[in-house]
Amino acid sequence: MIPAPFEYARPSSLEEAIGLLAERGEEAKLLAGGHSLLPLMKLRLATPALLVDIGRLEELCYVRDEGDVVAVGALTTHDTASRHELLRQKIPVFSAVAGQIGDPQVRHRGTVGGSVAHGDAASDLPAVLLALGGSVVAVGPDGRREIPADQFHLGFLETALAEDEVLLELRLPVPAHPAYGFEKLTKRAQDWAIVGAVAVRREEGAGLGLINMASVPLRAAAVEEALAAGAPPAEAAERADEGTEPAGDLNASPEFRRHLARVLTRRALEKAFA
Amino acid sequence: MSILGNRVLRREDPKFLTVGGTYVGDIPIEGALHASFVRSSLAHGRIESVDLEEAVAAPGVVAVYTAADLGLAPLAPMGLLNQEMKRPLLAEGVVRYVGEPIALILAESPAAAVDAAEAVIVDYEPLEAVVDPSQALEGGVLLFPEAGTNVVFDLSSEEDPELFSGCEVVVSQRIVNQRLAPCPLEVRSAAAEMVEGRLRFYASTQGAHGVKDELCSALGLPPEQVHVISPDVGGGFGAKGGPYVEELLIGWCARETGRPVRWTESRSESMLGLGHGRAQIQQVTIGGTRSGRIEAYRLSILQDSGGYADVGAVLPFLTRQMTPGVYDIERVEFHSRSVLTNTMPTVAYRGAGRPEATAAIERAVDCFAAAAGLDPAEVRRANFIPKASFPHTTAMGTEYDSGDYEKAFDLALEMAGYDELRAEQERRRQRGDRCQLGIGLSSYVEITAPVSGGEFGAVEVRPDGKVIVRTGTSPHGQGHATAWSMIVAEQMGVPLEQIEVIHGDTDIVPRGGGTGGSRSLQLGGSAVHKAAVDVVERARRLAADELEANPDDIVLDRSLGLFHVAGTPAITKSWAELGAASLEREGEPLAAETDFEHPGSTFPFGTHVAVVEIDTETGQTRLVRHIAVDDAGRIMNPLLAEGQVHGGVAQGAAQALLEEFVYDTEGNPLTTNLADYSFISAAELPSFETAFTETPTSRNPLGSKGIGESGTIGSTPAVHNAVVDALAHLGVRHVDMPATPERVWRAIREAKGAA
Amino acid sequence: MSLELEITLNGKKVAAEVEERTLLVHFIRDVAGLKGTNIGCDTTSCGACTVLLDGRSVKSCTLLAAQAEGRQVTTIEGLSPEAGDGSDPAASERMHPVQRAFHENHGLQCGYCTPGMVLAIASLIDEAEPGTLDEEAIRLGLEGNLCRCTGYHNIVAAALAAARQTGAARR
Repeated sequence: MIPAPFEYARPSSLEEAIGLLAERGEEAKLLAGGHSLLPLMKLRLATPALLVDIGRLEELCYVRDEGDVVAVGALTTHDTASRHELLRQKIPVFSAVAGQIGDPQVRHRGTVGGSVAHGDAASDLPAVLLALGGSVVAVGPDGRREIPADQFHLGFLETALAEDEVLLELRLPVPAHPAYGFEKLTKRAQDWAIVGAVAVRREEGAGLGLINMASVPLRAAAVEEALAAGAPPAEAAERADEGTEPAGDLNASPEFRRHLARVLTRRALEKAFA
Repeated sequence: MSILGNRVLRREDPKFLTVGGTYVGDIPIEGALHASFVRSSLAHGRIESVDLEEAVAAPGVVAVYTAADLGLAPLAPMGLLNQEMKRPLLAEGVVRYVGEPIALILAESPAAAVDAAEAVIVDYEPLEAVVDPSQALEGGVLLFPEAGTNVVFDLSSEEDPELFSGCEVVVSQRIVNQRLAPCPLEVRSAAAEMVEGRLRFYASTQGAHGVKDELCSALGLPPEQVHVISPDVGGGFGAKGGPYVEELLIGWCARETGRPVRWTESRSESMLGLGHGRAQIQQVTIGGTRSGRIEAYRLSILQDSGGYADVGAVLPFLTRQMTPGVYDIERVEFHSRSVLTNTMPTVAYRGAGRPEATAAIERAVDCFAAAAGLDPAEVRRANFIPKASFPHTTAMGTEYDSGDYEKAFDLALEMAGYDELRAEQERRRQRGDRCQLGIGLSSYVEITAPVSGGEFGAVEVRPDGKVIVRTGTSPHGQGHATAWSMIVAEQMGVPLEQIEVIHGDTDIVPRGGGTGGSRSLQLGGSAVHKAAVDVVERARRLAADELEANPDDIVLDRSLGLFHVAGTPAITKSWAELGAASLEREGEPLAAETDFEHPGSTFPFGTHVAVVEIDTETGQTRLVRHIAVDDAGRIMNPLLAEGQVHGGVAQGAAQALLEEFVYDTEGNPLTTNLADYSFISAAELPSFETAFTETPTSRNPLGSKGIGESGTIGSTPAVHNAVVDALAHLGVRHVDMPATPERVWRAIREAKGAA
Repeated sequence: MSLELEITLNGKKVAAEVEERTLLVHFIRDVAGLKGTNIGCDTTSCGACTVLLDGRSVKSCTLLAAQAEGRQVTTIEGLSPEAGDGSDPAASERMHPVQRAFHENHGLQCGYCTPGMVLAIASLIDEAEPGTLDEEAIRLGLEGNLCRCTGYHNIVAAALAAARQTGAARR
């Protein structure tokens, strides 16, 4: 319940934050909402020497309409994202999924940037970002760079962000059609998904993101291909577990997860194309 | 008009709602040291060394203790259990489960205490761990080699090979009644200080007097040197029935250091330290006629006691008493063995031995109905112990006091709309819907105040008219202050606001059995009732003296709380006047103390109907309705009684659908916090439909039976049966609890494969 | 190492020097001495420690006190200060609608989850679009607040009753 001791810094600008990260390397951790990091620290599963609290950097709080893309600042909370009129209108899948993360208290504090940067395969938002074919913008000592969502997640809790980079924003392409499907199976409402599937309509076919089907968030590439080639959703969904490597744990065996991926993908597609 | 039976709002609420309760961790104690524990990370091993060097030197650390420093005798198991299996207060030489305390640290702050605990290094020589009770029974690995066995408690005998002879239908089923974590919201917490040479101990407990007794016994103290106070308690559910080793050690530390000492565990610690519940492996066999008459039943259980011989080991004794449930079965057999395993010791958990009995017989009846091709409702109705035969002695020798099982059953089925539910189920089956409906029944009878021992109650009238009630039982949420006030108000005719209820302080209340086994109302409430009756009688005599009349002519006008001579209501004596008169005339307060003797247990009963929807593709089950008809005799306050049922139903449903404390085969716990352990939330439950039938008992003056555990006992098998019922047409005959999505999915798949 | 912090707790500024690792809940309980906020878990699961941060429900075990510096925190003691501490029945009449609904619907037993529940519901009702809260929305809205005593039945009833009063309940 009590984290190990650490130093605390609250930089007043992004530059200052990046400077601290560059200076302290892997012993420093960014703190935004803290809803991925603090639970680990309380159980002493994470013991960073320095916390760099960027939670008050107003420059990271925004939702911006850029025509065919909506840019969402990393510090936007799940709650804000779920209620934001522009998002609800142009990319309803994002606001709907954000509104089902954790519980209300978690959504009041947890940030979309934190959720994506934490890189947990069981999180919902990375799968949405993948389904949308979106990207993230990172900023470091050498300036900004844009990283496509499907190149962002490299391994278990490992992302393409360098130690001295800060995730600045999520870039969400406005989908061809607002209809979407989001299906997740959880033990309890507040739990992480055992498996989840997100389907977003594209000009042709759909984008598919899978939750908790490997050590990283995944795109269901085989399903996307099948749909693009004209396969009916139910048939395409049968390929949902291709290329996945689901873990076995308390909640499900790999075999059951594969089954769920197929079922939930089919249902997500049915909703997206209803 | 009587206040009893009314929905009186709780008097204790405003404090909890405005500033919160005062739990042990909230009590201010100047200059207290904070304790933390170093716990075993290994399920079974010999302690080679404990390196304390860094901890001792850590900032803020005042003392570090291991077993060798204590000089305390190990705790002997309770009388019925294997006496070879004694428990040291800190692990001595061997650790027997993950979480067992090895060392204790005292520091100036909680953070310093926790930091120092992290710095302790324990070296073990690993021993093979035994986690499966069946393997423990075989005795390949012994937790106490000197005992020569892992069996703690044996209630088994020779099986009768003829038990099922002549039965046309015989079914057997293995049922796992899985291990649960009780999870009161307030974890364990204790504080101790020396006050004028005496040990004052604050306990989060269901019974302050039991804590006092155990402190005296473990620390070798005479009773007059120990004062135990239990302030507000944030839930207990059986698991706070007695003090744990950690709590006894906090008392020891206060004496050893002369400084106040306090300790509040974390939830992760609590999951490995607060006793677990249930944990029985059951084998049932049931037999009877093709037409549905049950003739014979055998229940054989293996009780997992965990690493030491705690309360859990003895609970099969209660399971045994309730073996045949509500049914009139001629031939009944019960066998049980309790064994040690390298896991957290098991203790009482809401229902404590009785839910296990109900779960077994109620699943068995459904299995029997399925095998005979009969409606489970009809099988139940055909086998109930008839109303006319009470008091009824079962084949196990248990004497049930009163009952009308069919009445509660009929009401439950009517509230559920049973026939329409079956019709809807049939329609979904015909259509082959993805979402199938399951209807589960459970008719239960349980035993409340199952353990002998009476209860203390006292009523005193102060000269200002205030009424002080002292009781030997104490609440952890049940609403004693409101219920006891109602009982006293009814007898004395004083307003509730004038009554103060005192509990949980061993200096003020001389004796007490605490709250557990649903005993409070029938024993503690009866004691308070009796004391109030006695006070009225004393007051009548006083009033007679004051009014210069014959006591037989004095009446108490309960609507006004005034005594007068019959026929002359204008001249009265108030409670305040009599309270003052008593002090004046007799030199002592107007008061009565009583010890209500245990008049025999009572047997609440009822029927629960659960309705579940199962997504047959994902295996996800949703409880969509739960109907509970409970009969706990006379209901004092329906609001409080319903509250008890609601909480029990949620916990019971959680066992059927979600909760399980899991160990891997090496004895590593896998569900050590509330993220991994599926404590049920509002989002997984519906609102409940509840009703009471009232069949009074003659075993106490209130006519009441216990209601604290009925909800848990009735609900689990109803929900469990509903799950199997939803899948019955697919060929599924049983799914173990909790019915997780994967278990349900596999059951469907295996049934399909078998078909 | 330590930090100088000032947090406005129930309208009153509380300043203290604390360790960096001090959680908001420990600041509230141990520094400010407000014991109404409880701790029920260590995984952000149970919600017993729920308080309002600038009017919105948060779990005070999952915020550093430093993250709340300079901000407004409301605990159960501050929800309706005019209602007193429960000892004066006349004052208790002035409880917040959610507190009153808990009393009238027997929405609490042991009381340990209660402060967090009440504040979570107060926030839920406050944030809801008028006329939208029904039983399902309330149950989902309480997914992060665990109670072991009530089975949630009367808590949900209390939340609905309070929502009806404010117009947040579905009509």
